[in-house]
Amino acid sequence: MPSTAFHAPDTVEDAVALLSADPTARPLGGGTDLIVQMRSGRLSPGAVVDLKRIEGMSGVRRDDEGFVIGAATPCTALKADAALVAAWPGVVEAANLIGSVQVRNRATMAGNLCNASPAADSVPALVAAGAVCVVAGPSGLREVPVEAVPVAPGKTSLASGEFVAEIRLPAKPAGGGDAYLRSTPRTEMDIAVVGAGVSLVLDGEGTCTSARIALGAVGPTVVLVEEAGAALVGTKLDDDALAAMSKAVQAASNPIDDKRGTVSYRKAMAGVLARRAVLIAASRAGAKA
Amino acid sequence: MSKIHVSTTVNGDATEYLCEPTSSLLDVLRDTMGLTGSKEGCGSGDCGACTVVLDGEMVCSCLVLAAEAEGRTVATIEGVAEGSVLHPVQQKFLEHAALQCGFCTPGFIVAAKALLDRNPNPTETEVRYWLAGNLCRCTGYDKIVRAVLDAAAELRQERTPA
Repeated sequence: MPSTAFHAPDTVEDAVALLSADPTARPLGGGTDLIVQMRSGRLSPGAVVDLKRIEGMSGVRRDDEGFVIGAATPCTALKADAALVAAWPGVVEAANLIGSVQVRNRATMAGNLCNASPAADSVPALVAAGAVCVVAGPSGLREVPVEAVPVAPGKTSLASGEFVAEIRLPAKPAGGGDAYLRSTPRTEMDIAVVGAGVSLVLDGEGTCTSARIALGAVGPTVVLVEEAGAALVGTKLDDDALAAMSKAVQAASNPIDDKRGTVSYRKAMAGVLARRAVLIAASRAGAKA
Repeated sequence: MSKIHVSTTVNGDATEYLCEPTSSLLDVLRDTMGLTGSKEGCGSGDCGACTVVLDGEMVCSCLVLAAEAEGRTVATIEGVAEGSVLHPVQQKFLEHAALQCGFCTPGFIVAAKALLDRNPNPTETEVRYWLAGNLCRCTGYDKIVRAVLDAAAELRQERTPA
């Protein structure tokens, strides 16, 4: 890894300037993808810009609209925030399926998102939850829905000089619940064969008033399946509604065959996992069993 | 590219070193500081042989840049024993024969100690999940898990004298 510079700026503006000055420069959060890719030779950035010395980049805070998660917040730190766990257990659980404890003590959801793997565990959960990124760049700050960040395996919609500075989650809606499930051959240290994130809201009668369902590892990017959420809205999550939701999930799945799973297995499992995740989210939303 | 000067604390001692911008913390611990207890197994965060504790949290030192350690606190396997007195986790690894080739052992011991430091009474399941990021190709893990549970029991006794 020749001639890579290391910078640890203490302001967002300095980080943007450093990233803008060299299109090959990369922001460093936890490094669990970036450093692996540098060591393998897949990436040779001209500069590494460590975000962790910037105030506000590490940790979870509340504001009027919900939760603000600094880009450099490690996944294990999310579990320590009781309010976040209570509001978005599916997101926190998804982030804490990644790698090992060692990895999760460094790895961040912003990094998981910007690595742009279709199998990123935290991303379907964030998309389902309606999370928004605050992206810092040469023209200031802009907000981008999480689902608009990955555009292809390993590629994001971020422009040169831009980086994700925060992930924002709304406050928990009344009657809301979320969940994320993945299928892996092993329970730990594995990569999702299929992942399904669900967030839904039930009214006092148990009728679903909104639902978002996002899938991982069944296409080139994590995908929000609007038809699947729509199949649940207005129902009490009866068998017919769940079947229609699963069908919409399978129709939106466009996976590849690889060593982790076949196309037909992934499509079938996407429907199964989405159904199970809906039921968990519903029980968290207060549905009667 | 010029080297980076880093001031940090390793096993309680204030330390300074010069490193390349892309050197890992593991490279510096082993090659610059001579602390060769931490091992490089995979270099990609899969095996845990390089596990150290950074600001109180265990991490893979192969996936930390040495320059990131500026002002931080690092604890390695070399700081686990007190002089010639082994830590209970180390002692129990010996008693249970929880190692064969020994390459993974420093990482397992640092990780197991990190668990017992925060959870003095883990279940077997909790031990197995906590150690999922440490690979051992010799023991089949069972003896390691028994050693950790036994060390936990001993530490609980030490902490609550009769």
